[in-house]
Amino acid sequence: MSAADNTPNNPTHGAPAGAAPEPSRRGFLRMGVNAVAGAAALAAALSPLRDLDPDDAPSLEEFFQKHYKEMSAEEKQAALARIAEQVRRRFKLPADRAVNVQDPPPMDGVEFVYALNVSRCIGCRKCVHACAKENNTSRSPEIQYIRVLQMQKGSIDVETSEHHYDPIKIPDHQAYYLPVQCHQCAKPPCVKVCPTEATWQEPDGITVIDYDWCIGCRYCEAACPYWARRFNFGKPQIPADELNLDMAYLSNRPRSKGVMEKCTFCLHRTRRGRMPACVEVCPTGSRKFGNVLDPDSEVAYILRHKRVFVFKEEVGTLPRFFYYFDERGSRYHEPIEVFEPGEST
Amino acid sequence: MRRYFAFLWDCARLSFVGDWRYHGWMTVLTLITLVGVYAYCHQLVYGLVTTGMTDQVSWGAYIANFTYLVGLAAAAAMLVIPVYVYRNMHLHDVVIFGELLAIAVIIMCLLFVMVDLGRPDRFLHLLQRFNFPMSMLTWDVIALNGYLLLNLHICGYLVYMAYCGREPSKVFYVPFVFVAIVWAVSIHTVTAFLYVGLGGRPFWNSAIIAPRFLASAFAAGPALIILTLQIVRRCTSHRVRDDALLTLRRIVQVAMLINMFLLGCELFTEFYTDSAHTASARYLYFGLSGRGALVPWIWTAIVFDSLAMIILLLPASRGLTLLNLACVLAIVGIWIEKGMGLIVPAFVPTPLGEIVEYMPTWHEIMVCLGIWAFGLLLYTIMVRITIPVLSGQVRARGRHDQNELKAAHATRT
Repeated sequence: MSAADNTPNNPTHGAPAGAAPEPSRRGFLRMGVNAVAGAAALAAALSPLRDLDPDDAPSLEEFFQKHYKEMSAEEKQAALARIAEQVRRRFKLPADRAVNVQDPPPMDGVEFVYALNVSRCIGCRKCVHACAKENNTSRSPEIQYIRVLQMQKGSIDVETSEHHYDPIKIPDHQAYYLPVQCHQCAKPPCVKVCPTEATWQEPDGITVIDYDWCIGCRYCEAACPYWARRFNFGKPQIPADELNLDMAYLSNRPRSKGVMEKCTFCLHRTRRGRMPACVEVCPTGSRKFGNVLDPDSEVAYILRHKRVFVFKEEVGTLPRFFYYFDERGSRYHEPIEVFEPGEST
Repeated sequence: MRRYFAFLWDCARLSFVGDWRYHGWMTVLTLITLVGVYAYCHQLVYGLVTTGMTDQVSWGAYIANFTYLVGLAAAAAMLVIPVYVYRNMHLHDVVIFGELLAIAVIIMCLLFVMVDLGRPDRFLHLLQRFNFPMSMLTWDVIALNGYLLLNLHICGYLVYMAYCGREPSKVFYVPFVFVAIVWAVSIHTVTAFLYVGLGGRPFWNSAIIAPRFLASAFAAGPALIILTLQIVRRCTSHRVRDDALLTLRRIVQVAMLINMFLLGCELFTEFYTDSAHTASARYLYFGLSGRGALVPWIWTAIVFDSLAMIILLLPASRGLTLLNLACVLAIVGIWIEKGMGLIVPAFVPTPLGEIVEYMPTWHEIMVCLGIWAFGLLLYTIMVRITIPVLSGQVRARGRHDQNELKAAHATRT
């Protein structure tokens, strides 16, 4: 029954042509059957939603929570309390384990920079694992902020590097190692492209993410020339007993699925005068961190006196992460066993 | 106002009326859409792990389809320009089909972006902190939604006027038509800039992307319209003259030539200089380190594009069989090169030189098919409504006319 068939009967402005004929009992029944079949098909299509973890759906407070920069002090406190409660529920923590979610502000007169000694790094990846533990990143699927490249001698081209080297002993003296993590750029492309201002640069130079504001479009991940950003494709899985309960809103509190995360120079530690976890764990002292505005700091000394370079200078993002090498040649390391079994990758 | 609701009501009723072919087609499309909804619900529950995307290749089939569909929306502009700028009346009666296509396609684009989001529940954050003008994504939000509104207005106005039996007033739609022409160019440019602006991705960071994007869009869009118009004239009472199809053929022909020329420019720059920045292009065309999932695809695209171009250059393509073949080749070829061929290689190798390949999962494919089916469903309904209304077979009821006459008298006296 098409409009064209119907029109000859209604040449003038009568009832709209093409409308269904007067509903007979049979027609009505058929419509009913069709409606029921349609509803059933729709219900079947929506059926996977039954498995939705109620914890994954945003609570009302979370849904109406403002952007980090718009929250008043009280609202921030309420958000921190809500997050602590959420962590306790999600990881089923016993009452005696205190969840401490803070929001340490940037310190005045501080701009953090990082310096990494390529002559010393032995590629042991202790930093990679210490970072994951410290920052409560997902263990399955595994998310790591630091990627250590085994570089070929004679080349600074990352395309010839080996990402998944797995030797029994390190270092390999035919190679050198280039650990890469967020460079905390002064002109960060990731911040520029974010459509919702969910990521920004703090006064102390750290680029942070409001995990409660990110919509998960991954534009920042495409924009980063250092491949420093990670996305939670699935719900992050962390064993409750491995959880680091010293948390901050802008750094290592557990993330939900569907949001970005990245290295924050461990701001929950460094804004309180401690060193990042990767610096603390490094067995060779290759990693240096500090306030570049303080002329007496170790990093200020390195930038003044060492042979320093930045990685991918040509992309023009002005990193706060510097590589350097020693003047008197590399320290020679006898190759050593790769740490505890199971900890190597 | 009441008449407008009556119009919407008649439209809704019309969309359920048709012969068995219409019902069968709509049922199939609805079922595929529901399969897509099912797959998307899975994705909502488990996250984007259900897709083939990784931190290494963080955009995949969704963004590839989005990019291609932005191109298809150009079809409208390519019908409008000859009619309104050059007064080519061959296309006059079919312009509306291009504009309706633009509406359906832009809605599909927005859906593809939505399904790509990790937290679609936070979509409104976009309006609360809109990073304009810094983020190109915010430009794209404005460009796409603006284009959608423009075309909704133009089509809605023309169809509603026909429904009321009144002559459309030029003031209310011609200015919008001209704005829409410029806007159509802007949606491609802005979408291309989304990728071009990323300095860390040398494959995209090239000035030729936006012009190529326009050229391929102006080929694929009208090619699709050529096929659509033939379906319209076979299945409905609407008459489409061959002249209209042949005018469109010329547009596809020229656009395809320009597209192939720009492709040549791109290939020369990438491969003759042989610099370090060509890794992605080498991966796309020849494979890197023994991995080349995209190689068969891109060569298929190049063969299809070249064949389409050659056929279109032959006078024989004035015959509809050959023309249709060329159109299908162009549509498929450009879908590959402007979709997966443009998005995925930029991520391979990663900025740190790692090679991880991307392959869409079945979940992802089902979501994509669902959105395509939904788009076709929308387009079919819109065409279904538009044809009888424009030809005057469906009109507002008489008593409304009398009411209006009375109202007109009242205001006059």
